[in-house]
This record gives sequence, C-alpha cells and structure tokens, in this order.
Amino acid sequence: MAFNIKKSVMLALVQDLGRFGYQAAGLTTGGPMDEMAFRWGNALLNNDENAAQIEITFGLFSLEAQAPTSIALTGADLGATLNGQSILPWQTYAIKEGDILSFHQPVWGLRAYLSVKGGFLCQPTLGSTSTVVREHLGGLHGNGAKLAVGDSIAYESSNEHRQMRVPRHHIPDYSQQDIPVILSYQSADFSTTDHETFFSSRYRVSNHCDRMGYRMEGAPIGKEIRGITSEGIAYGAIQIPQDGQPIVLLNDRQTIGGYPKIGCVTRAGGDLLAQRKPGDMINFVSTSIPQATTERLQQLDQVKQLFSTNH
Amino acid sequence: MTSPKPTIEQVNEEAYLLRFGNHINEQTADQILWTTRQLKRLHDIQDLIPSYTTILLTLKTQAEQPHKLIDEIENILNESTEQAAIPLDQRKTVVIPVYYGNEVGPDLQEVAKHCQMTPEEVIQRHSATLYRAYTIGFTPGFSFLGSTPDELHIPRKRTPRHQVPKGSVAIAENQTAVYPSVTPGGWQIIGRTPMELVDWNSEHLGLIATGDSVRFEAISREAFLTQGGKLDGF
Repeated sequence: MAFNIKKSVMLALVQDLGRFGYQAAGLTTGGPMDEMAFRWGNALLNNDENAAQIEITFGLFSLEAQAPTSIALTGADLGATLNGQSILPWQTYAIKEGDILSFHQPVWGLRAYLSVKGGFLCQPTLGSTSTVVREHLGGLHGNGAKLAVGDSIAYESSNEHRQMRVPRHHIPDYSQQDIPVILSYQSADFSTTDHETFFSSRYRVSNHCDRMGYRMEGAPIGKEIRGITSEGIAYGAIQIPQDGQPIVLLNDRQTIGGYPKIGCVTRAGGDLLAQRKPGDMINFVSTSIPQATTERLQQLDQVKQLFSTNH
Repeated sequence: MTSPKPTIEQVNEEAYLLRFGNHINEQTADQILWTTRQLKRLHDIQDLIPSYTTILLTLKTQAEQPHKLIDEIENILNESTEQAAIPLDQRKTVVIPVYYGNEVGPDLQEVAKHCQMTPEEVIQRHSATLYRAYTIGFTPGFSFLGSTPDELHIPRKRTPRHQVPKGSVAIAENQTAVYPSVTPGGWQIIGRTPMELVDWNSEHLGLIATGDSVRFEAISREAFLTQGGKLDGF
C-alpha cells in the first residue's frame, strides 16, 4: 500500500540517517537536516532508528493514503492538515484509506518529517535510502529525484495505532538564535579580533542556503588567511572563503575542501540552523567538546527512553 | 625511514582530524595509505577521508567505547612512523587509455604553447609519468593525481567551463585528473578517456582509490571510438 503524492512544489525528499562509508570515494552522506526531529519520528512509531521518512522543506506538499496506518509528524510546523483539519507536529496520528495529508507553509521552523509505521519502503542505494539530488543517488527511484506528483511511496498497512507524543520539554525551540560552535581545524590561525567579531556579531541566513550548506551574511572575518591543503570536511564545519562570510557545511556537504575553517557547529546547532530561513538572524556561541558531547548523548538518551516506554 | 608522529585533533562531537605534517610527498602519502588500511579494520568507524596530509575520521554516533577506540587509533599512529615505503606491487596500478586530440582536448594547443613544446611532447610527457592518487573529492570519483613533470605545470583556466564532458583528462598546476561525470571545471583539458571511472555497483565505487598508482596510455581516435568513447560535449 502507498501514499500517492498529489502536490509537490518545493522540496520533499526520502531520507534515512545517511549514506556512510563512501566519503573516501567523494560521496556525501546526506541524511536528515534536523537529525533529532527525524529520530523522534521513528521513536514515536517504535520504528527502526534508520527507517526511511520524508523530509518536507517549506510545505506545499500533499499526499493521499491508500490504506490504514499510523504516522508521526516531527520537526517544523508547516501548517499541516489532515482532511482539512489542522494537526500539530511531535505526535502520532491514525490514518485511514482516502485520508489527505497536506503541508501548507512554515508556521514554526522550515523542515518537517513525516514518518509512517514500519518506515517507507524504498530500495536502498549503496546501503541508504537518503536522497542526494546533486549525486543523482537514493530516494524513491534510486536516482536522487525529489518526490513528484504521481509518485507512490509504499508502506505496510497497519490497523495498530498508539497515541504518542514527544514530551513538551523535549520539543526544540526553533526560534532560539544561539548556535553552538566547537572551535577546531584552523581556529588558531584566526586573529583574536576575528574570534571576537565572530562571536559578538549577528549573522543573517542568506538566500544561499540549502542541504549542502548555509552561507551567512555579517561581519567578515579571516580575510588575511590563506587557503590550506585540501582536507576532509566534518559535519558542521564553518568554512571562511576569501570574502570572509562564513559558510556552515551541513548534510550534503562536499567531502574535501581547501578553505580555512574556524570550527564546527555542533549537531544540535546544525539541527537548529537547518530550521532557519533566509533573512533569519543567528549568533554563534562558543562551546567545548565535552559539553557538546554530553548534550548530544543526553538528547540521544531522551529519544531512547521514549522508544523503550513505547515498546 | 622514520616519519614524524601524526597528531590527532577532535573537530566536532564525532570527527577527528589526523595530521601527518605539512608536506605533500610520497613518504607522507605512504604513511597515510598504511594508516588508512589499519583504521579500516577498527569497529565503530563510520567514515574515513584520506587526503594529502590528513585523514578525517568519523566515529559512529553510538560508538560503544570511544576512549578505547581513540587509544587504538593512537597506537596505529605511533606504529605508522616506523612504516617503510609501500612498494609499488602492494599498490594497485590503474592504466587509463586516453585519446589526446584537439576535438576532445580543446586546451592541448594552449598547453603546448604555454609549456613551449609541441602537442606531441605534451602527450609524451603526460603519459610517461606514473602518478599517485593523493585524494578523492570535488565530485564522486574525482581523483587528484600528482605530480605532473615540472615542464607541464600550468595554471587553471581564468574562467572555468560550465560543463566539462565526462571522461575529460585535464591538468592544472602540478596535478592531473579525469572528470568522472559532467561538471563545471577550470582545469586545462588535453584529452578524453572512454573508461568509466565510477561504478555505482562496485563496492569501492571509484576505479581509483586514494594511494593507487595511475598511468595514462595514449590511444588512437579509432581505438577511443571502438572502446565506446564519445566525441560530443564541447
């Protein structure tokens, strides 16, 4: 059984946690831009943590169910409706044959996750269903195409439904402007003034923001720093090109690069940034590796706890 | 020969950058190749990106004992300083057939002029060198091969092309490469191979892996076409 796609105007992509083990061949990892929202979705439905979901950016997306199942919505509030009635994210909903699920436009955040009981059934490419448009890889047809009108995305039908929601205090605050940064890579090559400027300025999300990276606009830094020998680019790396405007490299980032990097936004910081739109303002704030690691493990534990109570 | 001890720096919650000094050379490349092979045997490593002087290593999100794993990595790095050069017969050699000609190598004449030699001499020198794949990136399967002979050094094009045809063989600075798919590109194009460099169905994807040796072999226009080569794209 399947959902039939009735409307797809912006960007709706099949994603699992990512395609790993191929970066040495130059392949990016892909995966959910807001990883915690994705993890909560699968936990709400008691799915495998890697079960395929649909990442819906902005909205203007609609699907019709052919069979009963249970779904979860997490991430952004894109003004979703079920048969015309407003529904909120961070919980599960029962679906019956003929139901129409629609995403309109952003109310809170930018990217929503739709998960279904048992996960969407897609053939993995190189071990993953994650769609990377640029590499023509993964997704429903294995060719990197975004979901389009006329596509049917399969799931196992199920009459089992459990009303579940993410505890309110674990729902992220997408209006939060502080994005934590771990100083690393070439951070020591940047001057004290650069560091002060970077952490005391407000940066605006530019129009050049996508799954590959977010280009920011604000006080330039590190203009006098030269290029480096190309090296591997980690998740969240903040690259400073010659114009001094930071670019935060996210899920679909290139594997290597020769621009200096002041550090990396944390995974939690990247999740928050991925929910911001062009024109939004953010601040980079410094954090330490132990603190960022502790916070990440706490977040993962919270998801695990919901999963075990759901079992 | 003893190499300097590589350093290890954590760059985010799950990734570590291993640095092998600042010099791009065969000795460092051998040390990186040896280390990459050892690291592949460890559990709980999600991804490795070997490059000219570094390896970026990412742990799995729920790696069970990261501290123990880091100790094992430290041991491998210590041992890596004592490794002898890796003999050629322990590295894969890939031979790439190339049709060098103006119709598929629109920069061949300009390269010859810049290097003050004939196009035949450019072809001879380019195909007489045994290269090494220092890293892979830019696009899937794009191998950075070094080093071209000094007399073939030439800057990138001032204005990159919007579309470089698949299979194009190009040079820039002291490096050479094959474009495995159609992409924008700024390197000087001197020929084209009929060979597929990326195979989505193979385990390694790319025909060339970091550390491999690569040699180019000049073939005729006829052989190029027989092997499935295409002349369009410019």
